[in-house]
Amino acid sequence: MSKPEAQRQRPRLAVFKFASCDGCQLSILNLEEDLLAVGQALDLAYFPEASSDMKAGPYDIALVEGSITTAEDAHRILAVRQQTKVLITIGACATAGGIQALRNWADVEAFKQAVYPSPEYIQSLSTSTPISEHVHVDYELWGCPIDKHQLLRVITDLVVGVQPRLPGDSVCLECKRRGNVCVLVAKGIPCLGPVTRTGCGAICPGMGRDCYGCFGPSEGERKGPGLPPNTASLATRFHRELQLIPAEVVRRFRGINGYVSPFRAESETWGNKA
Amino acid sequence: MVTASETNAVLPTADLQRLLDALSAKGYRVIGPMVREGSVVWETIRRVPDLPIGRRDQQEPGRYRVEQTGSSEIFGVVHGPQSLKPFVFAPREPLLQIERSKDGFTTSPILPEPDKVAIIGARACDLAGLAIQDRIFLNDTYRDPYYAARREGLFVIAVNCTRSLQTCFCASMDTGPRAKTGFDLALTEVDDRFLIEAGSEAGRDLLSGLSLPPASEDLAGEATRRIEACARNQVRQLDCSRLPHALYEAHEHPRWDEVAGRCLACTNCTMVCPTCFCHTVEETPDLSHQHSAHPRLWDSCFTQQHGYIHGKNIRPTIKDRYRMWLTHKLASWIDQFGTSGCVGCGRCITWCPVGIDLTEELPALLAPGVQPSIASQQMDNA
Repeated sequence: MSKPEAQRQRPRLAVFKFASCDGCQLSILNLEEDLLAVGQALDLAYFPEASSDMKAGPYDIALVEGSITTAEDAHRILAVRQQTKVLITIGACATAGGIQALRNWADVEAFKQAVYPSPEYIQSLSTSTPISEHVHVDYELWGCPIDKHQLLRVITDLVVGVQPRLPGDSVCLECKRRGNVCVLVAKGIPCLGPVTRTGCGAICPGMGRDCYGCFGPSEGERKGPGLPPNTASLATRFHRELQLIPAEVVRRFRGINGYVSPFRAESETWGNKA
Repeated sequence: MVTASETNAVLPTADLQRLLDALSAKGYRVIGPMVREGSVVWETIRRVPDLPIGRRDQQEPGRYRVEQTGSSEIFGVVHGPQSLKPFVFAPREPLLQIERSKDGFTTSPILPEPDKVAIIGARACDLAGLAIQDRIFLNDTYRDPYYAARREGLFVIAVNCTRSLQTCFCASMDTGPRAKTGFDLALTEVDDRFLIEAGSEAGRDLLSGLSLPPASEDLAGEATRRIEACARNQVRQLDCSRLPHALYEAHEHPRWDEVAGRCLACTNCTMVCPTCFCHTVEETPDLSHQHSAHPRLWDSCFTQQHGYIHGKNIRPTIKDRYRMWLTHKLASWIDQFGTSGCVGCGRCITWCPVGIDLTEELPALLAPGVQPSIASQQMDNA
């Protein structure tokens, strides 16, 4: 039974940004009519995107957006972890390294030389890595951007003290529940839905487009109770029946979540064939 | 006494609108096949041109295409991904509304209040699937009120198949291509005429209201010849004569590893299957924690969560899940419900993104396999 409002200490929420586009943070503000309820249930202690009143830690819940791409950020994330009870990554950058993790297969020094007139001022690591490579992460919200309803659901569960439910099912399950026609079977386009995690509402196939995997691999990236998705079988289908050449198969898997292990391993397998 | 004129009749295809209008006049929302996004899906049909006239579907493992034929054929498309399942077993529906009270909580069921729906274009395999779902959901002991509410008023107009897809095998499952029971009206399209047969009191009632001439013996005979030819043309079949036991004995067959290497565990086969009935329920509280809805959603034995049971996942690998699905569908379903769980519609073959074909898998699994080596058994147990 919940305590009356006055007696209850509202959990303190903080939102931190690393290398990212701010789109996932905006999903919080995009909660619109639910935003007032969030403000009542939680103390928005640190959220620079929303308020210049930035209170010091510790925090009960930290939402972390963005990947680690600088030495400074690699230190800063340690400090965030130290003052946070429950750390949740929000979005593909924080959870998987993001689109900027394409640099992990490239020469960042060469990019700097080509782009900037004074490259010596650019302090950047040679890699973009997910938060989980640096500190312990309690929950991961996938997506580019995240789904605001899923975020609200996780916050709701944490406020009341139950384990958040984050389904790892494939996008296909949601497509079929919604009555979407399968774009892979009916149009022959290389949809990543069968190996991608649901949570987005199957938006792209619902608009007749192929899923490009922005919610990351279904069932997770590590061998756990489930297995990583069978990307090898889908990639073989793309190549043999849908006539993608190996370089195109690489590009399919090396997208927004390209650095996460099942997708990374698949793209590297096909990179060796290209 | 029921006379021939009350149970069958002839309707020129040009007059099909009369049937749609008669259904509308009785308060039905008419649902039929409509082309959308490269397939046919069930949509509300108001006029005959809404139907996929002059189109045919080509289906093969992992591939579906709708083609123009230029003919005036109305029901040339056999089927799309959806069976009748979504109309009776909803993909997502609220079951309960839960409200916090002073000393606990209260629950109130939310029973659906469905439209009066008439479906035109159901195939024999769809009806067979519906009959199996009826057994599951309307079982006397565990009657599902949500399913029952949707099922009760459903008016079904079957279309007998006169054309088989490459993926069809209803003839070998004895479920088609002629609709035998479970329909209110059945149409057989014979060039520019429909043979209409009534299969229920409601169907006879509607038919007599149309005041159509009785069908000639020639028309009935030609309809039968075309349906029989359709059965003969089926290139796939499933020999279930050794089931269920032969599949239980194949539990350690090496073929399971082979098919698991291809299977994506994406759930498509179970979603399009007319008989698969797995579901999950969720709790969806709001932030105030005073209210929660309790919806039921389609689920699948191919998901990770489905095999999770008090601290352990009993089906961690794709092999476990494919074996569970196929063994249940073709074998233990017989023990459980007294019928196969497969109606031979072929949807699981077409809509599998990698084209896994159960009519290939079953014979391979029932053929003598190489005994798995001790090394691979140890890997399984690891």
